[in-house]
Amino acid sequence: MSILVDIVFWVLGGLAIASAVMVFVVDSMARATYALAVSFVAVGFMVLLLSQNYAGVITVLMMLMEMAIMAVYMVMFMGMNPALMPMSMVHSNKAAIAVAAATFVVLGGGALLVPWPTRRGTPPAHLTAALGRALMGDHMLVMIVFSPVMVATIVGGVVLASHRGRYDRMGDDLDRRPPRDPAPGGVGER
Amino acid sequence: MADVVAVSAWWTPLAAALLGVFVWGAAAFDGALTAGSRGMGPGGSLTRPLDGVARLLRQRRIVTLSADRLLWRVGGAGLLVAALLMVAVTPLGRWTLSDLDVGVVWFNAMDVAVWAFVWLAGWGANSVHPLVGGYRFLALALGYELPLMFALTAPPIAAHSLNVGAIAGAQGHVWNIVWMPVAFVVYCIGVLGFSLWGGFGAPLASDIAGGVRAELSGVDRLLLDAGRLALLVAGAAFAVPMFLGGGVGPLLPAWAWTLAKTAVLVAALVWAGRRMPVLRPDLLLEVGWLVLLPAALLQDLVVALVAVWVR
Amino acid sequence: MTLPLVLLGAAALFAVGLYGAISQQVVVMVMMGLEVMVNAVVLAAGAMWWFLAPDPTGQVLILVVLGAMTVEMATGFGVATLWHRAKNSDMTDSATDLAG
Repeated sequence: MSILVDIVFWVLGGLAIASAVMVFVVDSMARATYALAVSFVAVGFMVLLLSQNYAGVITVLMMLMEMAIMAVYMVMFMGMNPALMPMSMVHSNKAAIAVAAATFVVLGGGALLVPWPTRRGTPPAHLTAALGRALMGDHMLVMIVFSPVMVATIVGGVVLASHRGRYDRMGDDLDRRPPRDPAPGGVGER
Repeated sequence: MADVVAVSAWWTPLAAALLGVFVWGAAAFDGALTAGSRGMGPGGSLTRPLDGVARLLRQRRIVTLSADRLLWRVGGAGLLVAALLMVAVTPLGRWTLSDLDVGVVWFNAMDVAVWAFVWLAGWGANSVHPLVGGYRFLALALGYELPLMFALTAPPIAAHSLNVGAIAGAQGHVWNIVWMPVAFVVYCIGVLGFSLWGGFGAPLASDIAGGVRAELSGVDRLLLDAGRLALLVAGAAFAVPMFLGGGVGPLLPAWAWTLAKTAVLVAALVWAGRRMPVLRPDLLLEVGWLVLLPAALLQDLVVALVAVWVR
Repeated sequence: MTLPLVLLGAAALFAVGLYGAISQQVVVMVMMGLEVMVNAVVLAAGAMWWFLAPDPTGQVLILVVLGAMTVEMATGFGVATLWHRAKNSDMTDSATDLAG
């Protein structure tokens, strides 16, 4: 790889770590959330530079979307004047720093000291297509397991979060028309 | 038709200039339609966008109390950047700036970035109406994005590739729009959505004093408005390789056909957007998830069956 | 770029995320800490893949990580919403009754 790619890679790495730190330093909910988004986008582009185009771009896509939603939850749950009040809510700060530092030493030491094996094999020419074939062929079990997990997550998330179900809207026999809604219009409306 | 070739990055300014020309044209067309609806002639509609630009460039910036300027500016300027990054993977005839093998996913990622930018533009002003506009956009986005994603899936299934050039090349003389009409319509709705155009203008509506745009003035307002039109143009340009056969066409060279098709689609989108009523976000959510999403999924199923069967 | 250096960066990311997950009181901020940790895992997996064994199989791992994160977020937001509605609270310190 060329020098330029190396430089871009390390700048992105610095950006990823710096913005991850900013998440817990800044005192604005929006800035914290979007600092995390920047961190994820930086890592996404790093993965892209490591020749994993699909994984990199999909990381950028997913995380931007997730952080846009995350910001809404932040504002919703923090329960304070969003723009003006500084946000610092931590407990056992020193212990957390100690644990994090110890973890970094252990992991970082491992990264530097472990005798990593040499590279085995070469990347396929059409990597994304190969990944698709792996997912739909040899590793289809991953997809098969993942599908029900995802469905269960969707159902579980909706069940947990939804305030009013169809019985609340349309009565015990589901025959109330129009349904009782805070704002008129929508499914079940005649 | 041969696949596309990636040109040097030095052509990027030209692509940006081309995008600018199209934005100007779209603004002029929109202005002409406005003039027509008021019973005036189309005279001067080509220069009217320039007047608007000059007016905004001279206007003084309004700054609100304790605005989060960084996020505000990022949000306002981001739309234009996202549009340019979309154009980067869109081939012009046989040339493309980036022949990314996952071009379609890239486009999708950029249109998701619009979620963040519009919300930030609404949040940064530290003012009620822009914030309400930002939230309205996220609600709209939830409604149009999922159908849009599945509409974007149809052409790659048919072409066995996520590469935009390969998708354009796989179409031959039967354009994708012929057998993926549902995906095309859903895609166009998505384009109107992420450019906040027409019926998707609720985040900028007058009932919240202009919404996201309420506190924007001068250059910032210009960037946001140009960014919206640029997204519309980029969306239309991306539809050409995806649904409209890329550069295929008689007589003219491929690049000219790409531009012509883009121009027609931009004009159609600008016109159609003006004919739509402004959609209420919660209602769009139901239409999006209960009508458009199943329709797009069925379209994908049909395309997948055909793709497997033909192969 | 070499594998140990990239992994060192990933370790730093992971430690930052761990700090956040332990120290933050607000549920959404705790989730952000978890996200940073997952971010580190994505980076480490991507680097391992490229430097050690670049065949398509390894990439499946990154997709699994991303999927796991999706599940975490969806469930987390679901629980947080339910709990906020029930207790009007979003602090982890007041959630001891969830330990049940």
